[in-house]
Amino acid sequence: MSHFAFSRGPFTPERYRDLVLDPVAGGYASFEGWVRNHNDGRGVLRLEYEGYEALGIKEGDRIVAEAFARFPIARAHCVHRLGLLEIGDLAVWVGVTAAHRDAAFGACRYIIDEVKMRVPIWKKEHYAEGDSGWINCEATSADAPAGSVPP
Amino acid sequence: MIVIRIEYFAVLREHVGRAQEDLSTTAATVGELYAELDERYAFPPVGRVKVAVNDEFRDWTAPLQDGDFVVFIPPVAGG
Repeated sequence: MSHFAFSRGPFTPERYRDLVLDPVAGGYASFEGWVRNHNDGRGVLRLEYEGYEALGIKEGDRIVAEAFARFPIARAHCVHRLGLLEIGDLAVWVGVTAAHRDAAFGACRYIIDEVKMRVPIWKKEHYAEGDSGWINCEATSADAPAGSVPP
Repeated sequence: MIVIRIEYFAVLREHVGRAQEDLSTTAATVGELYAELDERYAFPPVGRVKVAVNDEFRDWTAPLQDGDFVVFIPPVAGG
């Protein structure tokens, strides 16, 4: 079973917490990412997440496998929301258990950082002014480094 | 000619106006396929684009085969 999943509807961490329970664990670290009402100085009303699910599950599972290789942890799991989200909604959850807290904190941080950078998920923010935009995709030609698109 | 299935996401899906298409092409690599589609659709500047073939990340020089499934991946923003 993959250690990464998408949720098309609202979910609670409690629904997935049992996946990381383990009798060897002495600590549990988790991260919850929530939808906030502002970004880059602009008011945000809601947002949409779109995911390339087949590759996203593979890449998310690879990230958790890397966390197992780097930290002495017992169990780990990550779930990311897709679809339309309102302010305060849970967007992503990471749960990690380990014998000791250092590994649990470290692996939890590693997983969320890598998921944000590598898993094919896109975020569209809807702003108070009525417009919207895909985050990280508003680059101009001048921003694109050489070789960023095929020759 | 080979037939490639292409799926578009996010900013590229909205720009192209559909989520997927089947394309007959003479492109030999995913880089050549992107160039052909960029000529047709004039993709907006979105920063560094990656590519996946059959649900795995690939280099732009990866060869294409008949029936391949290709996704262009604009900058991601999970979390």
